[in-house]
Amino acid sequence: MDELKNKEEVVEEVKDTEVPLDKNVRLMSPTRMVVRRFFRSKLSILGLIMCISLFVFSFLGPLFYTEWGEIELDESGKTEYSISETTYEVNGVEYTLRQTTEKSLKDNFLAPPSSEHILGTDNEGYDIFVRLMYGGRISLIVSFIAVFLITILGVLLGGIAGFFGGVIDNVIMRLCDILICLPGIPILLIISTILDASNIDAKYRIYLLMIYLTFISWPGTARLVRGQILSLREQEYMVAAEAMGYSTPRKIFKHLVPNVMPQLIVSMSLSLGSMILYEATLSYLNLGVKAPYAAWGTMINIISTNQDILQNHLNVWVPAGVCIVIAVLGFNFVGDGLRDALDPKARR
Amino acid sequence: MAEEKVIENFDPEVILEVKNLRKSFPLKKTLTGKVTQELIAVDDVSFQLKAGETLGIVGESGCGKTTLGRAILKLHQPTGGRIIFEGKDITDYNSKQMREIRKKMQIIFQDPYSSLPPRDTVGGILSEPVEVHKIVPKEKVKDYVLDLMDKCGLRDYYYERYPHEFSGGQRQRICIARALSVNPKLVICDEPVSALDVSIQAQIINLLKKLQQDMGLTYVFISHDLSVVKYISDKIGVMYLGSMVEFGTKEDIFSNPLHPYTQALFSAIPHPDPDVKMNRIILKGDIPSPANPPKGCRFHTRCPHAKDICKEVAPEYKDYGNGHCAACHLLD
Repeated sequence: MDELKNKEEVVEEVKDTEVPLDKNVRLMSPTRMVVRRFFRSKLSILGLIMCISLFVFSFLGPLFYTEWGEIELDESGKTEYSISETTYEVNGVEYTLRQTTEKSLKDNFLAPPSSEHILGTDNEGYDIFVRLMYGGRISLIVSFIAVFLITILGVLLGGIAGFFGGVIDNVIMRLCDILICLPGIPILLIISTILDASNIDAKYRIYLLMIYLTFISWPGTARLVRGQILSLREQEYMVAAEAMGYSTPRKIFKHLVPNVMPQLIVSMSLSLGSMILYEATLSYLNLGVKAPYAAWGTMINIISTNQDILQNHLNVWVPAGVCIVIAVLGFNFVGDGLRDALDPKARR
Repeated sequence: MAEEKVIENFDPEVILEVKNLRKSFPLKKTLTGKVTQELIAVDDVSFQLKAGETLGIVGESGCGKTTLGRAILKLHQPTGGRIIFEGKDITDYNSKQMREIRKKMQIIFQDPYSSLPPRDTVGGILSEPVEVHKIVPKEKVKDYVLDLMDKCGLRDYYYERYPHEFSGGQRQRICIARALSVNPKLVICDEPVSALDVSIQAQIINLLKKLQQDMGLTYVFISHDLSVVKYISDKIGVMYLGSMVEFGTKEDIFSNPLHPYTQALFSAIPHPDPDVKMNRIILKGDIPSPANPPKGCRFHTRCPHAKDICKEVAPEYKDYGNGHCAACHLLD
């Protein structure tokens, strides 16, 4: 009898210890697991650091580096004297003619890096360092807005097409096909010419162009979302949601869209890089941000005005190029890292 | 919008009546959308089910069991026939009206892995239907859900966990809890145990039985496992190629199977004693394609007793006493 009692106690003890042990197992939400896997990759941390430092540089930089403004010319140009000598002979007498030219320059252009200008000045006399910051602002803001708009449009239209299917799906997808067929750059050239003719403030034309870019870029996201939703819609838990009697908006936004988010986040971070590149290209082609406002693309475009700058004044255009590379690489690293972290098959 | 039809002379004990239910899926369409070829998944199925009873539906895979279950819930809109639930004809209900009915009829799916949303906690999964259908006041939802989890054998600290942390059996308990969270009267169990191993199957079956007694549930239990169906059902329907070939109480069907298909099916139940000699009726050939069913009796291609009439005329589904129905020419 005693033995039996002991046994029961033992059983109870086991039960008691089992419960807290089980309770202590750390809860891992899917999001937490993704974050953990993301930070396990060195490349994605590097990418994150690159992106964050660019943000800090562009948005906080001008608050601390206040000596020069974006469109503030360095007017400390010096007066230069040049002496030329000509010798010639008249009736056996040799004459030397000395000619002094006084050249007064208002702007201090193409100055080499110094304590006054960290990266020197460009061909107009603007401080390159501060223009890098403002150029970064434009690039980042514009690409974020564009990606944001592309995502909203893509999720909305792709989601509707995927969920409802049939005629709606057909109409939206054919619209996508048409938009994908449109050649981007030629139409941009036309729009840019129209904007030039209609005297739109140089500050805003880049935003208008990015809206156009959004308009032709959403089909990619829409296709991605539609494809995902088409496959998720057939999952049994969506049948279960139908059986539970949930409303259609609830099914789309609480059960489908959250499950598309992983792919969406990856495509967003990857397209951020390509949007920055697009913006730089537009500015380089003089379609985007126009002088005197700064953009990385326009800063590189300076080389087209003077061969000498390309060869002898690397400080004028290399930093902008480096910034573009950092931005695009950074966002791509983050995107790749996220893709690996969100891949459910790669559980490590 | 369909008028709410109350069926006259309706037996109040009958919770679900299915009349000549038919569901077909289009296979080929012309450009104008006219269906030229279709797959008849459920053909002319009728039965009545009383409250508190369990109807077991058996048949080999592809015979339309699952489609029947889903058509009753109107997850597939039936192509023909009527579904009468609690005296109301719900066949033509629109999705808004159905949302109300969903509270009363629920489904448990076969695959406990894909039927739970992966990005939600157990607490979230179970609270959502309670909140959507306003089963209890908002502040009481958590207590209600914890109580429900306790009933279904889930520990309270599972509340914060995600489905991927659980085994198949526990997931199926979550599915059962979700189905029962809205206090349904009728639950369609669509092969709820076939994805689980045998020891877990027993646990889940016993849980379902216990919950049936506690909550007064009516089950439509779809399975291909005859021993499970024998254990849990009061009535049994045998399906072959989309149609019900035999229907009756468990006792009638097991002791006196009328239809040759039922006889063959039951002869295949394995016996735990290896010394018992089994008289297996071995059917020849495969189940014909439901897209192109044979003429006459659908079973005649495999029936050991097929006569000439079977190839030409489809047998009538008739009552052979005491609600034991079958469709076979041999019985006439």
